[in-house]
Amino acid sequence: MGHLIEIRDMYKIYAIGDEPVHALDGVSLTVDEGEFVAIMGSSGSGKSTMLNILGCLDTPTKGSYLLDGTEVAARSATELAHIRNRKLGFVFQNFNLLARTTALENVELPDLYMGRLTFRERRRRALTLLKRVGLGGRHSHTPAQLSGGQQQRVAIARALMNNPPVLFADEPTGNLDTKSSIEIMNLFTELSDEGITIVMVTHEDDIAAYAKRHIVMRDGKVMRDDRGEGGRKTTDQVAQFVKEALA
Amino acid sequence: MNFWMIFKVAARAIARNKTRSVLTCIGIIVGIAAVICVMAIGQGAQTMMVREISSMGNNLMMVFPERRNQGPVSGGMGQGETMTADDAEAVKRELSHLVQGVSPQVRTTVQMMYASKNWSGNVQGVSPDVLTISNWTVADGRFFTEEETKLSSRVCVIGTTVKSNLFGEDEDPIGKTLRLRNMTFKIIGVLGSKGANNWGQDQDDVVMAPYTSVQRYLQRSKFRTINMMNLSLVTMDDLDEAKREVSALLRQRHHLAEWQDDDFETRDTTEIMNTIGSVTGLMTVLLTAVAAISLLVGGIGIMNIMLVSVTERIKEIGLRMAIGATPANILTQFLLEAVVLSTVGGAFGVALGIGGAKLIGAIKHWPIIVQVGSTVAAFFFSAVVGMFFGFYPAYRASKLNPIDCLRYE
Repeated sequence: MGHLIEIRDMYKIYAIGDEPVHALDGVSLTVDEGEFVAIMGSSGSGKSTMLNILGCLDTPTKGSYLLDGTEVAARSATELAHIRNRKLGFVFQNFNLLARTTALENVELPDLYMGRLTFRERRRRALTLLKRVGLGGRHSHTPAQLSGGQQQRVAIARALMNNPPVLFADEPTGNLDTKSSIEIMNLFTELSDEGITIVMVTHEDDIAAYAKRHIVMRDGKVMRDDRGEGGRKTTDQVAQFVKEALA
Repeated sequence: MNFWMIFKVAARAIARNKTRSVLTCIGIIVGIAAVICVMAIGQGAQTMMVREISSMGNNLMMVFPERRNQGPVSGGMGQGETMTADDAEAVKRELSHLVQGVSPQVRTTVQMMYASKNWSGNVQGVSPDVLTISNWTVADGRFFTEEETKLSSRVCVIGTTVKSNLFGEDEDPIGKTLRLRNMTFKIIGVLGSKGANNWGQDQDDVVMAPYTSVQRYLQRSKFRTINMMNLSLVTMDDLDEAKREVSALLRQRHHLAEWQDDDFETRDTTEIMNTIGSVTGLMTVLLTAVAAISLLVGGIGIMNIMLVSVTERIKEIGLRMAIGATPANILTQFLLEAVVLSTVGGAFGVALGIGGAKLIGAIKHWPIIVQVGSTVAAFFFSAVVGMFFGFYPAYRASKLNPIDCLRYE
């Protein structure tokens, strides 16, 4: 069986001024189904660029990207939109919910673009997902009426709407307090246990500790990649791992 | 995403910025209202003029003696002395297959008196055919006959203006004797009122008498010259043929050689209508151009606000793209928003235009004709304006890179 995600020799080069900047400098990586990956590194290490390319939001300068066995590195904007819609779910640091739109409608949105379900099916699925993330009674609230943690749960429900095999999370707890962060990470852990593949970018050791596999990046290169065969790490162990990787 | 969903998204975006949407619409509202209003008034005016011109006469064709220009002095229409009543009789006699009525006409202005009252007005010497030719009716009494015309009888019929100026309200003018320039004429009838003509002239301020009597007693001319003849054609389809034949007959009667120009001119109502049509047509074109410019300005207003809207909602665009909106989805969303804005503006513009035209019509007593076709066309044009000016901002939005949108601060 092939890998769910397989990138080979990937470069992302920005021309800023005269000096080309290598945001990704020949990265190769595979992610298998069911993995919970944390990509770590300081700002400017290329971890966000990596996530954006993996999430088909950005295209690499060169290199190959096989998602679920198909090459997606050089697709048209429309094809990439379809891939994001059907195969990928996104959770952003700043939630990115539509303002003045209810939680329910926010969750329904991905299927509106897919158009797979009928109105009733869509509504039922969105309600089920909201219940799943613990917001059963708040489906008619708008983002302004929800706390940060609740907004992020709506965003997670939205990411799950089209049943994607992979979930991408970019600093999902970056705008949350400790209590909400723990709740969100527990939710991710549950989803991971259910078999959903999660790729998360974070620079916080305690958040990364929820993941099973840890990748540390610097200057557009993967420094260390620990598949977590030695079992779950504690926050301290993650901190130690990162420190060693960057040493 | 289906069309209806995208439409709802667009409608909601418009509803969110109510003030801004209304202000944006105003350009279109004014433009469309101007178009509708101008067309309604123009159509009304044109229809009224056509109606009045056709009230001048049935299948009317007029023949005037040629104007004599002596040096810089123009003799004026109908002042030549080349046409006689015999010409008119010849036309009636020889072209009866084309012409159903001919009336020679002589005009003179006289002082008229009845009892102690005085009135200065027009006397028209005509033949009884004039009734059918020029759509006159007799309200009271009778018109003079062919017999009376032949005998140069001193009888006359008077228009309502003359009647009201010379006679009291309860007084019956029929049978009374009217003095025209010291000659007595017996009043035998009163004409039905025709009102003012296109040029504001009171058509009821007239006395009609047999042309023979006018020539003999009022003009005291030994020539039988006439100012014009009015012909009523059997059908307007024969107009060209009638012109040719009348022309040929008159040329023959006037002994004109090949190289000589006609010493008469023909006129008909289609010519007058064409002239008026071209004037009102020009006005309509000018006013429509002004209205089109205001629509253009309205369209640019929409484009401007849509560009602002795209920039403002760039994060929303990024999010929609991230969760699967295709460039076509985004394009449709913003294009629809512009089209909804412009068509809502168009609908209000149509209402305002019709209302405005009716109001102006009521105040100015102008006839107003709102044509369904042009109203629908104006409405659809507003949609086209929205599509045209909404396309560029929508296209720009659809070409955005999702990651740039999400990162936009």
